Amino acid sequence: MTPTSPSSTPRAIALQVLHKLGTALSVLIGAVTVAFFAQTALPGNRATAILNIRAGQAVQRTPEELAQINQQYGLERPLVVQYLDYLVGALRGDFGHSYQQYRPVAEIIGEQLGATVVLALTAIVIAWILMVVWVTLTAGRGPRVGAIGSLVDVTAAALPAYWLGIILLLVFALGLRLFPVIGGTGPAGLVLPALTLAIPLAGFLAQATRTEFERALDQPFVISARMRGQGDLGVRLGHVLRHAILPAITLTGWALGATLSGAVVVESIFSRPGIGQVLVTAVNSQDLPIVVGIVVLISAFYVLANLLVDIAYTIVDPRLKGAAS
Amino acid sequence: MTALRPSVIDAPRVALTKRPWSLYLSIGLLAFLAVAAVAPNLLAPYGPTAIDYDSALQPPSFLHLFGTDESGRDLYSRVIHGTSQSLLIGIGAAFVSLVLAVILGALAALSVKPVAILVDRSVEILFAFPALLLALLLIAITGPSAWTQVFAVGLGTAPGYARMVRGQILAAKNSGYVEAATALGHSRGRILHEHILPNALRPLVAVFALSIGQSIVWASGLSFLGLGVAPPSPEWGALLDAGRAYVTQASWLLLFPGLVIVALALSATSIGRHLQFYLEKGRRT
Repeated sequence: MTPTSPSSTPRAIALQVLHKLGTALSVLIGAVTVAFFAQTALPGNRATAILNIRAGQAVQRTPEELAQINQQYGLERPLVVQYLDYLVGALRGDFGHSYQQYRPVAEIIGEQLGATVVLALTAIVIAWILMVVWVTLTAGRGPRVGAIGSLVDVTAAALPAYWLGIILLLVFALGLRLFPVIGGTGPAGLVLPALTLAIPLAGFLAQATRTEFERALDQPFVISARMRGQGDLGVRLGHVLRHAILPAITLTGWALGATLSGAVVVESIFSRPGIGQVLVTAVNSQDLPIVVGIVVLISAFYVLANLLVDIAYTIVDPRLKGAAS
Repeated sequence: MTALRPSVIDAPRVALTKRPWSLYLSIGLLAFLAVAAVAPNLLAPYGPTAIDYDSALQPPSFLHLFGTDESGRDLYSRVIHGTSQSLLIGIGAAFVSLVLAVILGALAALSVKPVAILVDRSVEILFAFPALLLALLLIAITGPSAWTQVFAVGLGTAPGYARMVRGQILAAKNSGYVEAATALGHSRGRILHEHILPNALRPLVAVFALSIGQSIVWASGLSFLGLGVAPPSPEWGALLDAGRAYVTQASWLLLFPGLVIVALALSATSIGRHLQFYLEKGRRT
C-alpha cells in the first residue's frame, strides 16, 4: 500500500474509525437487548416471579400485591415501551432496581466495581510482565528450551482459576504465611488474587507471542541489527519484542472480558469484595436486574477495550491502513 | 527469507512426533477415566457414600490414596464415582456448544444476505459476553441444576466456535476446489455436500476434543461457585466446593479433585492438538 493511496488519507481513517464506532455501538445495543429479554424470560407471570424471588418461596399472590409490583416496575406497559425505557436507561448507566435489595442496581454495582477493576488491571499488568520475561528468555533458544517454554505456556493457560487460586492460597498464605488468607482490599491482599488471574492469562498471551517472536527472529532487520554489533538481549528487547507483541495486544483487548469475569471466581476464593461476590449471590437468588446489569457492564468494557485496540491499530500500524475489514 | 520458512513450519511436527509420550499419557488417563465412568466399582476400593467417622479427615495414605473427608469417606473413591457425572456434563456441554456453533456458523456463512448478516451480528453480540457470564445469566433464569449446567456451559462457549465455523465455511466456499466444481457445473447442493461441509467441519473433530476439556473445567467451576451440582454429589467441582470449608485442615480435599480436572483438561488439549495436526497433515498430502 503506497502512502498516496486514498485509503490512508486522514478522511479515510476517520471513516474507518466511525465505522468501528458504529459497529461497537450496535453490539452494545444488542447486548442490552439480550439483557432485557433475559429478564422477561422468567417462567410465569413476572410480578409473581419477582415476589417469589423476594420471599424465596412460591405462593399465590393477591391482586393488590401484584398491582404494587406491576406499578413499581412498570410491568403493565407494552413490552416495546418497557424495552425502550430499559435501553435508554442502560445507555445512561441506569439498570433498574434490584428485586431483593430494594436499591438501584447501578448503586450496588458502583460500590463494588472499583475493587474488581483494580484486580483485573493489576492481573493484566502482571500477566504482561510474566509473559514478556518468559518469552524473551525462552523463545528461539533451540528445540529443547523451546519445548519446555511452550509446555509451560500450554500448562499455565489450561490452569483453571479456581484451582490455581486454591493452590496459591495453600502454599503462600497457609504454608509460607507470606500473604493474608482473607484478602481484604489492601495491596498485600491483592497479590495472590492478581497472580491467580495473571498466570493463565500469561500462558495464553505467551502462546501467541512465542510464535511471532520466533518468526521475527528470522527477519532481515534482526540480522542487520546483529551485524551492527547489537547484543542478543538488546536485539530481543529492542527489535524482536516490538514486533512479537502485536498479537498479544489484540488478545489483551479480547481477554479483558474474560479477566473481569474470571475475577468473579477469584473473589469468591479469596473472599475479596467486588462485583464477583455480588454476582454469585444474585445468581443464587435469581436477582436478575443485578445479574443482567453486571453482565452488560462487563461486555461494555469488553467492547470498549476492543474498540480502542482496533482504533489504535488503524492509526498506528501502517500495514493495516486500507486493509478495510 | 524462503530458505528460512520450512524450519518454522516443520517445528511443530518435530515437537509432536518426537514426544508421543504426552499423547500416550493422555490416552492412558482418558482410558482410565472411561473405565471409572462406566464401572466405578472396578477402580474404587470404597463406596462413594461409605461413611466412617473414625477415619475422618485422614491425610493421603496407602489405605486412602487421596485422604478422607469430614465424614471419613474415601476421597479417591468419591473422585472415581464422580467421573461419570463430570464427564457427562462436559461432553454434553461440548456437544450443545458445537451443535449451536455449526447451526449459527452455517447460517451466518451460507444463508441469504439479510439472514446471514442478522445471524452474524447476533453471534458477535453473544461473543461480547464472556462465557462464564453467559452461563451465569442462564442459571439465574432457570436456577442451578446439572441440566442447566450442560446448557449454560454449552451456550457460553458456543459463540467463539460459531465464529470459527463461519470462518471455515467461508474459506472453503472461496477456495479453488469449489470454484473448480462450480466451473464443472456441479449443483449447489452437491458442492455444499461434497466439498464445503466436509472440508469446513473436519477440523471440528479436534475442536470437539479440545472443548470437552474446556467444558469440564467451566462446568466444575460453576459447581465450585455453588451454582451447579450441589455438594453431596461426588461431581469434581462439587467435591472442590465441599472441600473449601476444610481448606486450613485438609488441603488434600482441594488438591486432588483439582489435579484430576487439570490433568483431564491437559489430556484433552493434547489429544485435540495431535488430532488437529494429524487432520491437517492428511489434508496437505
